[in-house]
Amino acid sequence: MSSMSEISTGKVPKRTPLKSSIWKQSMHRLFKDKLAVTGLIVVIIMFIACFIGPIFSPYSANKIHMNIMNHPPNMRHWLGTDGLGRDVLTRVLQAGRISLTVGLASMILSVFIGTLLGAIAGYFRGIIDQIIMRAADLLLTIPSLPLLFIFGALLSEWKVPTDYRMYIVMVMLSLIGWPSLARMVRGQMLSLREREFMQAATVLGLSSRRKLFHHLLPNIVPLLIVIATLNIGGSILTESVLSFFGLGVMPPTATWGNMIDAANNMLDFQNRPWLWIPPGFSIFVTVIAINIFGDGLRDVLDPKKKR
Amino acid sequence: MSIAEDLLEVNHLKKYFPIKSGLLNRTTGYVKAVDDISIQIRVGETFGLVGESGSGKSTVGRSIVRLIEKTEGEVKFKGINVYDLGPEELRKLRPQMQLIFQDPYSSLNPRVRVGDAIGEALLDHGLATRGEIRDHVEEVLRSCGLSSYHIDRFPHEFSGGQRQRIGIARALILNPDLIIADEPVSALDVSIQAQIINLFRNLQETRGLAYLFISHDLSVVEHLCNRIGVMYLGSMVETSSRDELFQNPLHPYTKALLSAVPIPIPKLKRERIVLKGDIPSPANPPLGCKFHTRCPFAIGRCKEEVPEFRDAGGNHFVACHLA
Amino acid sequence: MKNLLEIEHLSTHFTTEEGTVRAVDNISLRIRSGETVCIVGESGCGKSITALSVMGLIEEPSGKVVEGSIHFGDKDLLKLGKNELRAIRGNEIAMIFQEPMSSLNPVITIGEQIIEPLMVHMNMGKREAQKQAIRLIEQVGISRAEQIARSYPHELSGGMLQRIMIAIAISCNPKLLIADEPTTALDVTIQAQILDMLRKFKQESGMSILLITHDLGVVAEMADYVIVMYSGKIVEEGEVVELFSNPKHPYTRGLLKSKPIINQRQDELYSIPGQVPNPLELESSCYFHDRCDNCMAICRTDEPALKEITIHQKVACWLYEEGALHVHS
Repeated sequence: MSSMSEISTGKVPKRTPLKSSIWKQSMHRLFKDKLAVTGLIVVIIMFIACFIGPIFSPYSANKIHMNIMNHPPNMRHWLGTDGLGRDVLTRVLQAGRISLTVGLASMILSVFIGTLLGAIAGYFRGIIDQIIMRAADLLLTIPSLPLLFIFGALLSEWKVPTDYRMYIVMVMLSLIGWPSLARMVRGQMLSLREREFMQAATVLGLSSRRKLFHHLLPNIVPLLIVIATLNIGGSILTESVLSFFGLGVMPPTATWGNMIDAANNMLDFQNRPWLWIPPGFSIFVTVIAINIFGDGLRDVLDPKKKR
Repeated sequence: MSIAEDLLEVNHLKKYFPIKSGLLNRTTGYVKAVDDISIQIRVGETFGLVGESGSGKSTVGRSIVRLIEKTEGEVKFKGINVYDLGPEELRKLRPQMQLIFQDPYSSLNPRVRVGDAIGEALLDHGLATRGEIRDHVEEVLRSCGLSSYHIDRFPHEFSGGQRQRIGIARALILNPDLIIADEPVSALDVSIQAQIINLFRNLQETRGLAYLFISHDLSVVEHLCNRIGVMYLGSMVETSSRDELFQNPLHPYTKALLSAVPIPIPKLKRERIVLKGDIPSPANPPLGCKFHTRCPFAIGRCKEEVPEFRDAGGNHFVACHLA
Repeated sequence: MKNLLEIEHLSTHFTTEEGTVRAVDNISLRIRSGETVCIVGESGCGKSITALSVMGLIEEPSGKVVEGSIHFGDKDLLKLGKNELRAIRGNEIAMIFQEPMSSLNPVITIGEQIIEPLMVHMNMGKREAQKQAIRLIEQVGISRAEQIARSYPHELSGGMLQRIMIAIAISCNPKLLIADEPTTALDVTIQAQILDMLRKFKQESGMSILLITHDLGVVAEMADYVIVMYSGKIVEEGEVVELFSNPKHPYTRGLLKSKPIINQRQDELYSIPGQVPNPLELESSCYFHDRCDNCMAICRTDEPALKEITIHQKVACWLYEEGALHVHS
């Protein structure tokens, strides 16, 4: 047994005592990426402004003041007022709440559906896989924007109350968002299944539950985070497009999309840029910041995209 | 009945992988990765399976534990026909028959802590309670030459040799009777190789394990194994006890393999059989004796007639017309 | 004999997120014409980086040759411009790698890839180069040369590809062939063929070979002169027979003892305890000290220099320093 003690001198390298987990390492690297950090900060500022900002506003977002219609930016109304005398700044922040909530909520919903279906398809294969993936293929073959337009028009036709429309828009967005996600998750599952550590798990006789929840899913999480982040930007954009055409969330509930609708009016477009530039700029900055942050995350988390 | 003393009995195992091609994805042929292989391993014995790349030696190992499903033949472990078992019965049997992989990097899940990776199977098989696991893991880590403070670390913090120890510990904690080791040292550096080889040996002495040791390295196999089988293109060409094989190799391929291993003694004069050409593709193996295209002694008969795998005396089996 | 290649005090460093790795740390070696020098060591010891430094293939900015000179004939390779270096590379110095597949372009036929350097370095016309390419393929022991010339890399086996790599390497009659683990990915019977072939070419053309390997068996078969590296430094070097029969450094001795040899059975293999130190944590000491059976106080604090102990052998170990020897005994 003398060789046993001789063997056991093996030491773990000293250099990594603190940042032991892959997560901590990844975050460490992420914070070195200045662009991604900038993106993250902008997103955070946007969230704080939209969710906390309106509380400090002396104005109501929806109350109509006929005496101060269409004022340009001034000391009292920093971004001016709109055609019904409402403070544009307050409305932009209020609209941001809705747009960000819709983006976030529809992302969470579509990631949930996509991951669930993709994981089931990839893990169990066979007939279940076939059914799920053909359904996904079908949804992917239909151009999503016209589909959403039809839906939106139907909602208007059925006179769905404006309060509910927001939730219905979320569901619509996630219904068109899940197929591509499910495909990616399934692909990832299929390639993970073939990895040697999964074969090792089989040989150890681990249960399906453990293989799925302890081995496969944790390896998909990084990919999910990246996709989910990038997905928020997409959802915000799509919601804006819908609302711009008056098919998404309806006034008086403000969203960035239906606020830009002001640009539809030639007079407003040419003479009152304070009506449509602020919401447009908000969409632009938020989506770009989210995408930059998402790209940074991908560089850090997705091993295939290693520098 | 020889079944009683054989821990593992592999009879006429065949594994053909279909080759698909064309628009309709029709099977146009088969890669005969394993073509009629028989192996017997007794309790506490080490059987070495030697061959070059494409010989099918890894496929044999994986078919035994049903990571790959066989095409034909039978695999009996402790008298139980492994291929008769349903999924749940097979899962219950798995702890007794473990596999150790070649690549210590890809065979450990990067996101699972070492302690969990080693202990989780115990939990799943109900062999220990959550509270007892840590003790079990610490004990098995120690017997594999690691320490208990390694438990909470992640695989990427370890060197190749240490990872291979983790892989061994993970198999060992289930108290298996048979370990199939698929090239367990070939990814490691020389000085670490020796450590792991010694570990295998010590574990066998203390725990009475049986090994199926799959390797391309004859010097490692000679060091560890009692019986050795040499594979070429999916077929066994020679099986015998270690001493017999190294002192009196009968098959020309075994002779060539032995003479091709470089020996670290400079200016050593020895007779070397340098084989011609490459290993043929297992999708299209030569007719007759599969080795005849490279065999320096081949005669006309070798091209036509498949040599019988027969006992040349003293339990020394060989498949060659000339031996 | 004249020195063909002379490396003096070469240091190549790599910058990583966690710090600077001294992959090659102040090494000197020379190769005479017609000689085979083997650098042997385990992964991470700096043997491949040495070869890449000679070829000017260290990728900046992460890696950099920070010090030293590499004289090839009368030129210092480290001082040459890109174009001058390119004229030497593939022409006077050729290199083959462990993975032939990754050094060949997958979408160009084998023939084209052999012809290219012939036309560039040897100023051959296309027709002439094609004929020469067929001749080269035959020379490396491949029958059906014309058919092989028309095929693509993925259609050939690893052994065949390594032969093709050798054909490309010798096509311009190099004075020095650098072979980085040329047979590690190959089966033993194929390895035997390739080593035989390299020896044959060396005899015929008188070229020198710098062979990088971890396999002591290959070293014994091929080398005239052996250099043992550990953690970026040369720990021992010497003429091959001398080094194998009378190894001086505890690491060399350990390596030789820990390799199982056919027909020399031992019950328990000797094994060097522990593992290679982390390249980021090297402090002034003998880097082998914590794995060494003969470790002394001085080994933990001071770095031994590479010193000549016989005409044929140099070693970097405090055991052979006069003052230190007394401390040990």
